[in-house]
Parts: sequence; C-alpha cells; structure tokens
Amino acid sequence: MTDLPTVPAAPAEAAVPRRRLGSRVRVSGTDRVLLFVMVAIPLAMVVLWVWLPAIASVVLSFARWTGVGGLDTIEWIGTENYKNVFTNYPPFAPALRHNLIWLVFLFVLPTLFGIFLAVLLDRELRGTRFYQTAFFLPVVLSLALIGFIWQLMYSRDQGLLNAVLGTQIDWYGDSKVNLWAVLVAAGWKHAGYIMLLYLAGLKGVDPSLREAAAVDGASPARTFFSVVLPVMRPINIIIIVVTVIESLRAFDIVWVINKGTNGLELISTLVTSNVVGEASRIGFGSALATIMLVISLVFITIFLSTVMRGERR
Amino acid sequence: MSRPRSESEYLASLIPPSVAAAGLSRRGFLKGTLGAGAALSLSSLLAACGGGDDGGGSGSASQEVTFGSNQSDAVPKKAYADMLAASGLTVKVNTIEHETFQENINNYLQGNPDDVFTWFAGYRMQFFAAQGLAGDISDVWGGLSGMSEALKKASTGEDGKQYFVPLTTYPWGLFYRKSVWEEKGYQEPKTLDELVTLAKQMQTDGLIPIAFADKDGWPAMGTFDQLNLRINGYQFHVDLMAGKEAWDSAEVKKVFDTWRGLLPYHQEDALGREWQEAAQALQKKQAGMYLLGMFVGEQFPEKDREDLDFFTFPEIDPAIGTGAIEAPIDGLMMRAEPKNEEGAKQLLKFAGTAEAENVLLKANNTVIGASSEADASAYTGLQKKAVEFIGSAESIAQFLDRDTRPDFASTVMLPGLQTFIKNPNDIDGLTKSLESQKKSIFTS
Repeated sequence: MTDLPTVPAAPAEAAVPRRRLGSRVRVSGTDRVLLFVMVAIPLAMVVLWVWLPAIASVVLSFARWTGVGGLDTIEWIGTENYKNVFTNYPPFAPALRHNLIWLVFLFVLPTLFGIFLAVLLDRELRGTRFYQTAFFLPVVLSLALIGFIWQLMYSRDQGLLNAVLGTQIDWYGDSKVNLWAVLVAAGWKHAGYIMLLYLAGLKGVDPSLREAAAVDGASPARTFFSVVLPVMRPINIIIIVVTVIESLRAFDIVWVINKGTNGLELISTLVTSNVVGEASRIGFGSALATIMLVISLVFITIFLSTVMRGERR
Repeated sequence: MSRPRSESEYLASLIPPSVAAAGLSRRGFLKGTLGAGAALSLSSLLAACGGGDDGGGSGSASQEVTFGSNQSDAVPKKAYADMLAASGLTVKVNTIEHETFQENINNYLQGNPDDVFTWFAGYRMQFFAAQGLAGDISDVWGGLSGMSEALKKASTGEDGKQYFVPLTTYPWGLFYRKSVWEEKGYQEPKTLDELVTLAKQMQTDGLIPIAFADKDGWPAMGTFDQLNLRINGYQFHVDLMAGKEAWDSAEVKKVFDTWRGLLPYHQEDALGREWQEAAQALQKKQAGMYLLGMFVGEQFPEKDREDLDFFTFPEIDPAIGTGAIEAPIDGLMMRAEPKNEEGAKQLLKFAGTAEAENVLLKANNTVIGASSEADASAYTGLQKKAVEFIGSAESIAQFLDRDTRPDFASTVMLPGLQTFIKNPNDIDGLTKSLESQKKSIFTS
C-alpha cells in the first residue's frame, strides 16, 4: 500500500465544501479524537494479539525454555529445534502429510459438492428451503461436537456404521482409516458452509445474464461455466480462502477424538501438545508453530497477489 | 468534487483539514502506537513470567483455603469432598477434569493456583518443586506419624526438603475376576511361560486373555514398566527414566521383544479404546485379565468389587525376580507463597493423619491409605491384599510418566509406544528414534 503523507490542505478542502458552512472548527476536535481512537484501538489489538505473539513465537523457536521462571532462564540454541523437528521427531512427517491430505480432500470433495448443492438449490426445486436448512445445520455445530456426533456412527462396538455394514472396523482407532473417517465428518460440515456461501453468490448473479445466454442458445452447463462462474469470481476466491483456512486450522475435531495421536497428527495438535501440555517444550513447539506460519504465509501471499492483480485489472 | 485518482488520495480526502494541518502523519502515528503496544505487551508478558507473587500472606486457619483437585471421577471426587469436610477448615474446592488438570499444570502453577492442590509423588513432583512452583512443607512433615521412610523419600525434592503429603496409593498388577477363574479352573501364573500357556487356554475358552486400551497413551506405559521391571530390574528402570541408560540398548530391545510376543494375547484395536471400556470388558467377563492399577475397580459395580483379585506380573528372569512393583502415590502439594499459608499447612497436616485417610478410604475402596496408621479393619479383601503386596515389595516404582521428565513422557514415549502397538516389528527403528529424541530433551 502506498504510504500516506501529510495531507495537503487544499484538495481535502475541495472535497468537503459543504461541511465548511457549519461550525467546522468545533467538530474537528471530536473528529480528531475519533479518528485517533478508531485507528489506535484496532491497531493496538492487531499488534498486541497477532503480531507480537507471532514474532515472539518465531524468536522463541530458537530457544530451549520450559516456560517456567523469568526470561533469563531462556537458553538460546540456534536452529537446533528445527533440526530436531525435521530429523528427530517422528510425528512431524505424518502431521505435515495429514494437513496436506486435509487440504486436498476438502477441495476435491466437500467444496465441489457444496458448490454442486448450491447450484441445484438455486434452481428453486421443490422443498429448497428444507434442503438448505438440512445441509446448513452441521455448520452451526462446532467441530468438537461433530466429532462426538460421528462417534455414534463410528463406534467400533455400538456404532451405526459397523452395525449396517456388518464389519468390525475401529473407525476412529485404526490409523489406516481414522483420518478418512474424520475427513468425512469434517467434510459434512464444510460442504454445508460452502453451499451457503455459494448460494448467496448465485442469488446475486444478474438474471438478465442467464436470459441473454439462453437467448443465444447456450445449454445450462455452458451457461454456468462460461457466464455464471466468471461473474462469481469474488465468491470463488472467498471459497478457496475459506477452504485453505479450514484445513490449516483443523484442530478441534481431532483433539476431541484422541489429541492428535495415532494417525490423526496435525501440525496444530503437535504445537498444542508440546507447548500447552505438561511437557512445556516452549521452544520446540514454537518451531512447529513457525513452520505452520510459513506454510500459511505461502497461501496468504498467493491469495493476496491474486486479489491485487484482479483489482488492478 | 474531483474524483480521487488513487486509494491514498481518496483516504486523504476523508481526513478533515484540521487534522491534516496538525501534521499527524500516518507513519508517525503508527510508530507511536507500535511503541505503546510493544511496551504494554512486554510488561504483561514479563508479569506473566514472574509467577504468582501476589500471595505471600500468612493468613489464618479460620480463613478460606483454596483447593485445586484433579479428582474428577465420581468415586474419588466424593471421597475428597468428605475428607475436606472433615478437616474442619473452610475449604473452597476447584475440581478440574483429571487429564486437563495435568495438561495445564504449567499454566496453572504459574498463574494463580489454589493454596493446596492434588499431585503425584516422585520425579513428577520434584520437577515442579525444583522450579520453585511448590511450597516447602518440611515443617508439616515434622508433625506427621505413620509415614514410612520410603514415603518420605518419595515426598522429598532434589534439595532435601519435603513438598508433598502422600494420601493414597494403589498397586499395578494383573487383575481378574475370581468367579471366572474358579469356574474355568485357572491358576495364577508364576512365570512368563505359564502366563502364555494361560493366555492360550483363555483364547480356546473364548476369552480375550488380556484386556488392553491405549487411546489416551498412558496405559501402555504400565505394560512397558511391568516388563522392564521384570526383565531389567528396578535400578535399570530408575536409570532409564533419568536418561542415564540408552533406549536403544539390548535391555530395552528385550523388553519390546517380549512385549511383541505377548501382543497377540492382548485385546485388539487398543488404540481406539479407553481404559474404562477395557475395564468393562473384564467386568462383563469378556476378558480374562487386565494389566492396570487397582482403580480398575471404579468401573465395577459395588457388588462386583469383592470378585476382583490380582497377582503381580509373573517372573521373567529368575535373577531379577518379582520384588519390584509399581504403586503410584497420590497426594497433596502446596503452592509457592500461598494466600493462606497457615490454613494450607493445617489442611496438609490434617490430610497426613490417619483420620483423614479413613474418611477418604471409606468413600473409595479402590485405593489404600499411604499412612500405616490408616484404619485397615474396614478394608475389603482386595485392599488388604494391596497393603500386604506393597508392604512386602523390595522396591516400588511410581510410573513411567511419574518417574521421568514430563516432556519426555508425553511427547516422546506416548507416541512411541503407540507406534510400537501399531507396528511391533520395527523395534530397532523405534528404539533408535526414542534414544535420539531422548538426547535432544535430556540436554537441559
């Protein structure tokens, strides 16, 4: 963003000619305070709760510290934590892989399915409102709660799934299947969320565009891909961002199931079990958090550059 | 009104001229806020690190004593409530879910902890005492009677002062239902071979030989400890936990190898099961035995508890024998600089008496009193056996996660043992990884 210099008085005065008629001097004092407050409070909040903790995490990732005692008990050990994360911490590789699988899965199935549902519901089928409510219901529930609900389906001994299929699969406990079982549960929620976002977008598309396409003889599929989809660009970007965020911050559903062990490792759960638990490997956990930050930054950069390129066009 | 050509121009047009004239540049403004924000958060950060030094008052016994409890399960929760009520002090109890309490202990102790809180004896206590998070209660110990020398040792920090009052203890062993064993004519095995023979017999009888659950990660530590104590003995356990012995040594490999031989007799899919469910398998007579602590009885209805019996893990190496057992001690600690020191110490003194233990034991018969003066006449058969069992032991270990560093137990051993249960064949790879991770943690 371009830096804002000290504003020259002339153009500003030209911009607000009418207000000058009032008692401008009296109001400006209030304006000044208001402006200061409105900028200072959000800025202080962002700096205090976002940037300082983030920077502190990066700094601490080069230290060994139990989190007990003053700052003088911190021992600086360079990049050793990172070395240990990559070479000497068996849960890290699966965690990274699981986060990636999570991202790809959410994109390929629930996101596309959500869009598909939205397109169907947009056609004003009979009972649209009922379906909308039904699909949107899981979105209202927290992921932790969804983990519990699906436990009823997945339970090895009393679960619905095994009863219907006649199998003895330990859906949450067997590390070969539990990630996929959890992804289905998470996707159940995600599809409803995407559906709602997309449906709202579709409602905003000018109907005359579709009419024009229909007059030109385009099929419904062609109309969607060549006319509606390009118009929906802002919503599409939002959906991509939402999906990336959801997959990176995936944590609660896995934590309530088994605290992110045994096939359900995620970077976020590793950070928590190292920093928050009785362990208190603050430095090591911070190194994991920093790696997560870097991965997030990659996506944020891609997103921002796309958005800005779009604006410039 | 001219159309602004850029975003910054547009924003500039929104600022009243008076503000602009005052020369408030955005850059300067940013700098100021940033500085203020940094100063503010740094000071709060430092305050958070400083620990609770807001207390320190002496208080008096008539004032309220706060009590942080991890006894969230129904049976022990009531037992503790009864005991605190009998102390005659005004005690405000703050019960936190058992696992959550342990996970948050660092934050809890550095924030504003309760005057007295529940904790575990051994290394797990010393670790926090050494960091100045617990209060010295050596003077309370001066007034306690009925505590054995071993108990005192388990309550003493690295600096030779006492930080812990033992309340209850319980043994680990192989638990079984007497009625099932009588019906099938099983005998308690004395050696590993006999255990394997028995397990095979149980399989032919349609029973799961050994109930098993490791979803929470710690129950498997009990199995490891039992095998390690039988194969390598008590001293090796202590040295291994202290980081002095190597995890990729032949001794540890033998433990895993023996365990691998026993895994086929364990309940399948253990990683998706909690210990309560495995205990219910034993209670419902689906499983023949269960290697756990005596708290397994909590999952038994009152009338079935008399049917519960146990034996120690059988001998593996005749040169080592079965003299070493595991019997973790639970008890109380005092925070550093409590708000009501006099009241806290009075409560701890009371907790160390036979009177307090009798109240506690009356409500929970899956543990036994630590004090030798506790009234044993009301004990069930199982409790009496536990007293004798612990009393005759040559050496008593606490538990893997109580005898070693908490960071090593929770971030290395817990996933490590789960990996072993999943894939018991790569013992060399696993032990090598454990040793290499141990080295990275035991350096500080």
